[in-house]
Amino acid sequence: MRRTFTRVLPQLLTLAVLMALVTLFFPQFLAVDYQGGRLSGPVIDVLKRGAPVALLAVGMTLVIATRGIDLSVGTVMAITGAAAAWAIASGWGAGTAVLLALAAGLVCGLWNGCLVAVVGIQPIVATLILMTSGRGIAQLITEGRILTFNDPGFAWLGSGILAGLPVPVFIWILTAVAVAILMRRTALGLLVEAIGINRSASALAGVNARVLLIAVYMASGLCAALAGIIATADIRGADANNAGLWLELDAILAVVIGGNSLLGGRFSVAASVLGAMIIQTIDTGILLAGFPSEYNLVIKAGLVLIILVLQSPNLASEWYFLRRSLTQRREPKPVPSRVKE
Amino acid sequence: MLLSIRSLSKSFPGTKALDAVDFELKAGEVHALLGENGAGKSTLIKCMTGAYRRDSGQILLDGQPVSPGTTSEAQELGIGTVYQEINLLPNLTVAQNLTFGREPRRFGMISSRAQRDMAREMLAGYGLDIDVGRDLGSYSVAVQQVIAIARAVSLSGKVLILDEPTASLDAAEVRMLFDILRDLRDRGLGIVFVSHFLDQVFDLCDRLTVLRNGCKIATEAIAETDRLKLIKHMLGRELDEATEEERRKTTAPHEERHEMLRFDRVGRPGTVAPFDLTVRRGEVIGLAGLLGSGRTESAELLFGVRAAQSGQAHDEAGPVDFSNPRAAIRAGFGFAPEDRKTDGIIADLSVRENIVLALQARRGWTHPVPRAEQNRLADDYIARLDIRTSDAEKAVGDLSGGNQQKVVLARWLAMNPRFLILDEPTRGIDIGAHAEILRLIHQMTAEGMALLVISSEFDELVAVSDRIIVLRDRRHAHALVGDEVTADAIVRAIATPDAAQTQTRGAA
Amino acid sequence: MTVNPRLYPLLATIGIFMLAYLVCWMQFPYMLSTRVVGNLLTDNAYLGIVAVGMTLVILSGGIDLSVGSVIAFSGVFIAVLLRDTGLHPLAAFAILLAVTTAFGAAMGGVIHLLAMPAFIVTLAGMFLARGAAYMLTIESVPIVHPFYETLKNAYWLMPGKGRLTLIAIVMLLAVVAGALIAHRTRFGASVFAIGGGEQTARLMGVRVGATTVGIYAFSGFMAGLSGIVFSIYTSSGYPLATVGTELTAIAAVVIGGTLLTGGAGYVLGTLFGVLTMGLIQTYIVFDGSLSSWWTKIVIGVLLLLFILLQRGLLRVSSLRA
Repeated sequence: MRRTFTRVLPQLLTLAVLMALVTLFFPQFLAVDYQGGRLSGPVIDVLKRGAPVALLAVGMTLVIATRGIDLSVGTVMAITGAAAAWAIASGWGAGTAVLLALAAGLVCGLWNGCLVAVVGIQPIVATLILMTSGRGIAQLITEGRILTFNDPGFAWLGSGILAGLPVPVFIWILTAVAVAILMRRTALGLLVEAIGINRSASALAGVNARVLLIAVYMASGLCAALAGIIATADIRGADANNAGLWLELDAILAVVIGGNSLLGGRFSVAASVLGAMIIQTIDTGILLAGFPSEYNLVIKAGLVLIILVLQSPNLASEWYFLRRSLTQRREPKPVPSRVKE
Repeated sequence: MLLSIRSLSKSFPGTKALDAVDFELKAGEVHALLGENGAGKSTLIKCMTGAYRRDSGQILLDGQPVSPGTTSEAQELGIGTVYQEINLLPNLTVAQNLTFGREPRRFGMISSRAQRDMAREMLAGYGLDIDVGRDLGSYSVAVQQVIAIARAVSLSGKVLILDEPTASLDAAEVRMLFDILRDLRDRGLGIVFVSHFLDQVFDLCDRLTVLRNGCKIATEAIAETDRLKLIKHMLGRELDEATEEERRKTTAPHEERHEMLRFDRVGRPGTVAPFDLTVRRGEVIGLAGLLGSGRTESAELLFGVRAAQSGQAHDEAGPVDFSNPRAAIRAGFGFAPEDRKTDGIIADLSVRENIVLALQARRGWTHPVPRAEQNRLADDYIARLDIRTSDAEKAVGDLSGGNQQKVVLARWLAMNPRFLILDEPTRGIDIGAHAEILRLIHQMTAEGMALLVISSEFDELVAVSDRIIVLRDRRHAHALVGDEVTADAIVRAIATPDAAQTQTRGAA
Repeated sequence: MTVNPRLYPLLATIGIFMLAYLVCWMQFPYMLSTRVVGNLLTDNAYLGIVAVGMTLVILSGGIDLSVGSVIAFSGVFIAVLLRDTGLHPLAAFAILLAVTTAFGAAMGGVIHLLAMPAFIVTLAGMFLARGAAYMLTIESVPIVHPFYETLKNAYWLMPGKGRLTLIAIVMLLAVVAGALIAHRTRFGASVFAIGGGEQTARLMGVRVGATTVGIYAFSGFMAGLSGIVFSIYTSSGYPLATVGTELTAIAAVVIGGTLLTGGAGYVLGTLFGVLTMGLIQTYIVFDGSLSSWWTKIVIGVLLLLFILLQRGLLRVSSLRA
């Protein structure tokens, strides 16, 4: 618990500073109302609107931990949303719609995973294929229209209220917690990190990298399906053109803000969803503080640049030596090694 | 003298790679540069070609002191290099590769016809009949090698350094290459030839220089030396009496030991010729040979890292699957590879995680090794193998080489394998850790585990092995058992050209 | 006569284009008129230009996600400049090209200096360029200038009454220029070398840093030029325009037979990649009953096909070596 806390401390601090900044310009930012059995206020809004990116970030965290990337998640949102809307429009009911959407997400992930792990295409290219063609598939399902429906049960997933909070908030928090527990209570987290850091050494130690990779892309597809369900339920319609558009970039950004290295390895799901919340706070905050929303993208660009500098391998050696020279004094000197190599 | 190197030294943090080395190359000679791993050959080459800056010493080219700062500077001075992994671009055409950086241009544009003509001209005299407009990558390694030589010669034209040029060529290709090299020598080039194949050295070279542990040991004319002398120079025969006495006293003659595994005709064309191997409980089999003789490749075949194209394995229960590492692990094998950094440790993971990794992979992700057990395993092995780390949660990448090696060992010991392959377990490790790893090897076998140990340090092999298989030219060439196991016998077995071949089968 | 294997992907691209054209022609004989050809070139002019820049980037093993945003920025920049100042459009073009080239060069510099993946650096560039466009205006700004009318209406009448418009000519010139730079200059050779292996390229004497900066500067220049052409085509600047064009351009490059991992390909192939994608769209328009989303699916299938083809070729060549 304490380790997790230290790990996400930078993200928590960033979020706190951001919130303070927004409050400075828009004093009611932290105000929360309780009316008619529901909480409302800007912060609740951030929690709800951040749901899709947070969900995508959960799956993306795992993919990036294996040294991969999944560009298709936004498109998968559109496909799964369309599938769900189609199921409801065909009169199959909310339950079937959800199951169908989740299955579609898994199939998309399986496709990506096979291209990466079996065919051996590098991830950015492999997932690009689904990213470009997937919207066509989604439009095929919706037949190019915005497929609207009226199913209170399904709509509840997007705009319902549970214990005073919007349902999507529960969905993303539960997903993040479930995935984090799955990773840390089983050996999955360790194995995923191992193949991300050194795939060949892991394979020599008997780790089944191929199956794990496929599983990770499937998890990403599943998370995208959840995000697609929420997005579709929220507007009570499937918009194949715009659902999840460019959210893959926000998801990658969230993972990177979460301090997870694009070069794979150690990951923290908690930090990633905090990253998603940071992005959403910027989005909402800029709007509320009365700045033109145009600043949004420029701020994101600045964030990426800062993270790039922090993660750069060229500068990393300098950080490393700095850290090393500080810590090494406390340790016994290593025995000088014999001339061998 | 075409090229003279005087008293050249080069240090890396914690290591003196070259210690006042002298080297002389005449125009019109092929000069072999020999030495085992870590002798300093590649460092010396890199200092000559400007890839490294020397700490002290002089390099004279045609009597003029030179100090190339980059590879291209060295090329302009007249020193060209061809590496084992050909440093040309397979995605460009032969002509583009040959003329790269000096393309013939008209009005600023490269004329591809003139480029092809230029390339053909450069290749004239090498006896190659190829289409220079095709991708370099579409030709065999031998042809690529010749093209690389042609580029280096035409670029530099005085000194040609060849680093392991024959490592992946077959006999006919080697002959073709040597004809070309003799021709170049007769044209007055000075050629430095680095190779582990002694036959080739005797075949091609005029003189040789031996390095060992960063020092020059000898420079001799080929005509005045023989293989045995040469190998003694390379290995250094300061056989220490203490290690000789440490030689393990086998509790039982090895024929009486319980037979555990039998490999029949395991091999892969171009990697290792088919060999037999019988593994008995609690024994240590040493694998000796010069670099490139097929030692590591043998180990990789046995562990399924490279799939064997022929052969099978049996134990008492029946056939054993070792077609891939996971199957080999299920069969109770373990493998600590030679290159710890790329194939052994997972650098960013902690000592504890590295130790439990194989065990965890074996149990499957749904059966996590409980944290308490992980801690117990980690603490246990940290204590037993004396792994020097502040605690079990430290990243393995931050440990010293010897401690990383012990972590990899601990990973396999935690699996309790019946057959463990150790490839160069003591490479790059300080003396203290070295002795501990040897002690560990004794301990493991006492518990019935069988070991296959690969090492370039013959003293060490002699100290730990019950029997030794000597490899030569990617063949299991000779077996030494019992009292035959001495460093001298190994050296002689390596040096014997094609003698003990008939014993290959007996080597099992 | 044997065909050089390095030409296979290019030939496949041209073959697929011809085949597609044949299918179209058999169904709609009118498709073979110069009018359709002229429209195909005009409608895809901006895409063709930006894809030429992308080809060089991909040949070097990189990727440039910023180009779509840069095109949008260019349109807005020119529109606002012409609206608010008395500058002649040509002067505005010059300023713009300087800005986008410098922007590309800066991204190349960051990629090289920080040794970070081009993907994430140009992602920041994408945000930055789009944000800059938003900051200039959030509305569509019409461009009203007599010179623009001249540019828009300039064309060469081809036999058969087809119009080869100025912007189509600019696109074809860009392809020629790109092909010359990629295949006939030392800079181009360095680009291929870096795509083939940065370490080896360095050993062969390539100045990797300068070349990387040059590659992304070239891509920035082409994106700027594409922005100019797009602004002529639409007579306006709109910050939300050409979202996702970077992906279309990447797809065109890959369908054009360039290896996505870098090091192999032809600029000419990219032209055919662009035209193939344009042809699919034209076919769907002609057909009338087919829905537009088939374009995306067919493009995705083509993309997969070419990536698999390239992997197959790689495997074959590595088996031989």
